[in-house]
Amino acid sequence: MRCSVSLLASAMILAAPALGLAQSPAYNVGKPLSQDEIKSFDFMIGPEGQQLPAGRGTAKDGAVIFAQRCEVCHGKNGESGVLRRLVLGSPGKPFRGPFNDNDKDSVAYYPYATIAWDYINRAMPVPKPGSLTHDEVYSLVAFLLYRNGIIQEADVMDAQSLPKVQMPNRDGFVPAKPVYPPEPKPSWW
Amino acid sequence: MDSTGYGRRRFLKHTAALAGVAAGAGAGAEWAARGQSAPAQGAAAQGAVRFETQEAHHGDLLRRGARMSVDHITYYTPLQEYGGIITPARLHFVQYHASHFPEIDADQHRLTIHGLVDRPLSFSMDDLKRLPSVSRVHFVECHANSSPMIHNQGNANMGLPVQFVHGMASCSEWTGVPLSVLLNMAGVKEKASWLVYEGADPGKFSHTMPLAKAMDDAMVAYGQNGEPVRVEQGYPIRMIVPGWEGPHNVKYLSHIKVVDEPYHTWNESMNHSVVRADIGEKSRWYHFEWGPKSVITRPSAGLAIPGKGYVQITGLAWSGAGKVAKVDISTDGGRNWKEAKLQTPVHTKAHTRFTFDWAWDGGEAVLLSRCTDETGDVQPSRAELFAHWGISEAELTKPHRAIHFNAMQPWFVAHDGSVHDAMFG
Repeated sequence: MRCSVSLLASAMILAAPALGLAQSPAYNVGKPLSQDEIKSFDFMIGPEGQQLPAGRGTAKDGAVIFAQRCEVCHGKNGESGVLRRLVLGSPGKPFRGPFNDNDKDSVAYYPYATIAWDYINRAMPVPKPGSLTHDEVYSLVAFLLYRNGIIQEADVMDAQSLPKVQMPNRDGFVPAKPVYPPEPKPSWW
Repeated sequence: MDSTGYGRRRFLKHTAALAGVAAGAGAGAEWAARGQSAPAQGAAAQGAVRFETQEAHHGDLLRRGARMSVDHITYYTPLQEYGGIITPARLHFVQYHASHFPEIDADQHRLTIHGLVDRPLSFSMDDLKRLPSVSRVHFVECHANSSPMIHNQGNANMGLPVQFVHGMASCSEWTGVPLSVLLNMAGVKEKASWLVYEGADPGKFSHTMPLAKAMDDAMVAYGQNGEPVRVEQGYPIRMIVPGWEGPHNVKYLSHIKVVDEPYHTWNESMNHSVVRADIGEKSRWYHFEWGPKSVITRPSAGLAIPGKGYVQITGLAWSGAGKVAKVDISTDGGRNWKEAKLQTPVHTKAHTRFTFDWAWDGGEAVLLSRCTDETGDVQPSRAELFAHWGISEAELTKPHRAIHFNAMQPWFVAHDGSVHDAMFG
């Protein structure tokens, strides 16, 4: 009996953090992170782009980088190539859908321009992800937005201008704002 | 699915480079025998279970049925080759979106939790292993598994149809720390509602998850079937999000950021959204959990029935909503149904083994399994699912690109006992 009482007491102590009590964690593991440390690894960019870092670029800058780093897979101007056609439409003439499934690789499909920045920054180019500077990422995003007819060739993309770009397929997703729990059944919706 | 003719060509080049390995690769029936004599695993000192060389590593995995491209590596689980519900870790499917698997030093690896929390924290692997652990049996399934498109894309390297059509689903006993424990240690702020998290793979694969799911049953796993999570499965840690589409289960997990809106990462928002006729050609995104699903693994296409008489029909059923409640079997294409036996215990959001005793009379037959989960949700037929998605009658008869596909799989048994994929005629 004494044994189970003490077990119960331990269980209650262990359960304290799980109840979300605002006290120092009982497990005594984990190292506090400073804001500087967080800054060094946090490049997750939300749809409104408040997290975008300093830097800038234009389509002209991007064209040069694209030819050197991206064309090998995505083709000239991102219009062909062996992997993922990135461009639909043309400068001044954005593609407005409807999209078929093979069109999803185009930047014209994205609801937010910030998605292109986040993904290129983290995952491109495939042989050496993370090797692009912030200016280069802004430039490539500017180039792809220009080739997709979404911005002008001279438009400067930076932390302020990029989130303001109006994407033609912004309203092309259901539900418009993802919610959880989702709509009622069936679950295979 | 992002598989293309190009991907297959790349794959063939790749296999040619691995001389001798490609020969007979994907001959699923031979797998088990070969697997038992697979090379010993090295690098034990680092705690990682891995193969001795890259070639041996790939060579072994190729027997699982494989497909590769510049930007993805796919291995299919040979569902026809094992019984029970646990997928051997080395046979767990892989759908990996980068050019190579990372070599991570577990001693240096950290998991951070930051964003809308009171105490941003960094955990070492030792830290994680000192925290309360749980072990639970759950399936993991790629969102693109069973895609109708793949039915006519198979080749000898990809194994039998049940393997390359449905084999991007596997089931393991995962061991790790409940994500809620870590989040509570960091202290989630009031206005938080979502997480965005990423791995330490070359492309830093990222994904989002609603906070409610994170606090419910998500876990940070370091163990799989009694051994460390393998390199191709996310060593040293991966996220496990029970019952939800595969991409949520981010491998090589490194950073978790608590936020107040979905971040629309490229993989989930773009690559994994699907254009649908029933919603005016708009795209459906954020599918979350898998619906009820099942597939007969034996007999299945390519596995002939040797003669009249007793045949055990067996397969796997699962649901992202909870436990499997029952599985019905039809041997006449869906006109009549009888209940199968379920192997117990039945785990929640886990593969569930079913068996059904059948006396084959030598006539033509169409075998189907149908899963009903504990919420009462019933696995649809292909026609029901396509009708629901607004796919036309004309399109019903041909493979159609789709993700999140959980329709029943028909297998046709011919007079001679041969078994064929009857999904599309």
